[in-house]
Amino acid sequence: MSVPPRVEVTPIGAAAPAEAGARHAAWSRLGRLRWGAAAAGVLLLIIASAVFAPLIAPHDPLAVDIRHRLSPPAWMDGGTHDHLLGTDQVGRDLLARMIYGGRVSLLVGVAAVLLSATIGVLLGLGAGYFGGNTDWTIMTIINVMLTFPFVLLALAVIAVLGPSLVNMIIVLGVAGWPIYARVVRAETLAIRERDFVVAGRALGMGHLRLIFRQIAPNLVSTIVVIATLQVAQVIVLESFLSFLGLGVQPPIPAWGNMLGEGRLYMLNSWWIATFPGLAIFVTTLVINLMGNALRDWLDPHLKL
Amino acid sequence: MRRYITRQLVQLVVVVFGISLLAFGILHVLGDPVLLLLPQNAGKEEFERYRHLLGLDRPLYVQYWKFVSRAVLGDFGKSWYSDTPAFGLVLERMPPTIYLTLCGLLVALLIALPLGTVAALRRHSWVDTLCTTVAVAGQAAPIFWLGIMMIIVFSVRLRLLPASGYDGWQNFLMPSFCLGAALAPITMRLVRSGVIEVMNMEFIKTARAKGLAEGRVVVKHAFRNACIPVITVLGLQFGQLLGGAIITETVFAWPGVATLTVESIRNQDFPVVQCAVVLLALLIVAVNLIVDLVVGFIDPRIRTS
Repeated sequence: MSVPPRVEVTPIGAAAPAEAGARHAAWSRLGRLRWGAAAAGVLLLIIASAVFAPLIAPHDPLAVDIRHRLSPPAWMDGGTHDHLLGTDQVGRDLLARMIYGGRVSLLVGVAAVLLSATIGVLLGLGAGYFGGNTDWTIMTIINVMLTFPFVLLALAVIAVLGPSLVNMIIVLGVAGWPIYARVVRAETLAIRERDFVVAGRALGMGHLRLIFRQIAPNLVSTIVVIATLQVAQVIVLESFLSFLGLGVQPPIPAWGNMLGEGRLYMLNSWWIATFPGLAIFVTTLVINLMGNALRDWLDPHLKL
Repeated sequence: MRRYITRQLVQLVVVVFGISLLAFGILHVLGDPVLLLLPQNAGKEEFERYRHLLGLDRPLYVQYWKFVSRAVLGDFGKSWYSDTPAFGLVLERMPPTIYLTLCGLLVALLIALPLGTVAALRRHSWVDTLCTTVAVAGQAAPIFWLGIMMIIVFSVRLRLLPASGYDGWQNFLMPSFCLGAALAPITMRLVRSGVIEVMNMEFIKTARAKGLAEGRVVVKHAFRNACIPVITVLGLQFGQLLGGAIITETVFAWPGVATLTVESIRNQDFPVVQCAVVLLALLIVAVNLIVDLVVGFIDPRIRTS
């Protein structure tokens, strides 16, 4: 009996890079988690400053001081330490307004996301679980909504309802649900066929119990990740609407309307538009970093 | 292929119907045109008279039918503000919006294609890290803020470029870059993952085994194949791109549809807003359809899925 010669083919350098790649991936994942933790820290600071605004803010955000109007930040010629980031066109302290402005952005961001997550998750669960006509109808609505740019829809609705804080939350909340519905539907379709759901059905559980006790708990991490990333999106949109004067109305300070007012004075006073925009940028950045880290931590397979 | 086209067309009809419902519903269900049209102190009879005059006392489906049957013929009513047909007003402002969108797309591709490819070929190198970092930062920067910062630097400080207007190529530079920069991060990520995926394929090994120079392998074999997912996603992202163009327009006072829409909202000029929303949505639907067909033509796997 002849033993076939064993030929071991080991491509030179094939194993090593794969291992190095895996190690690298692990390191970069850890790195991202660290970045995420750092970002969460910064976000906590922003949230704390918004919540405790009356205690922290150096001035009343609405206090007009015409004598010190358009005063530049403290480190520039003509700036005073009384107004660290300078003042706006009627002499209101920019730093105080930015601290208060965070309240609007965070409130709208969280409230709108809660609203759209609720709608989206319910519809997504329904579409994925029941399938058939329910699925078709909901998917069609999603397709129509996704065709409309978010901005356009928000503009059109605000045009009718009129600008206000509550209207903005409603608009952004109602316009933002398709992304949750789409992801939740896809996940539900997969989970529906899993053994524990089939077993539950065999035990005679009702639809509601199957959906909310058996399927939904598996989706929590996915939903948390999307919701986190969506908060950043909503904050940018809220700022844009306020920037156009279609969102939060002056004199209530919001980063968006400060940026919009600052635009009129950018010829001589660059700081009025720059700092509120920087606040939006930093907030969005840390939320995105945190969302990415959350995704790596909770749900590495999720593709968004 | 025929089945694929039929399916796409059926979907198109459904989506267009949905858009018409949405555009109609926003004004007639959410709001009340008469309330928007008349001063607040107008009397009750006055409201009723106007309601009758505009046909708003009829059932909703009658009103909807009227809206659709006119809209199909390009009749969206007259602008309440300037008393000219809304359709003409919007159509006139369409070209600048489309040019801006195309220029933004071009800038995004000019940034994303080389950077994404290099990042994919030199994975985990400093170039890759730099690209990822810039992409994360770029995704977070709001377009309207970026635009204003560019105006402050290039128009106010350096006096190099015009801050607004629509006269020559100089006017295109800042808005296009602004829009392109917003779209570049996601495009770059797509190109990067596309190239990485293709580079692991067998035909790349074959090409190398044939003794082709590495540059030729990358350009002729890898890059071309990596383009398919990029085209698909970019096409489907056209709506987002147009959304970005809307934001960009308002910053640079660009004479496009978005600026018109915002002006019309301020003037409570609803027929114009409605018309603009419908036409922009139809534009997006048309582009999506074309992209779907082109991609289905290039890549038979997509047709059957």
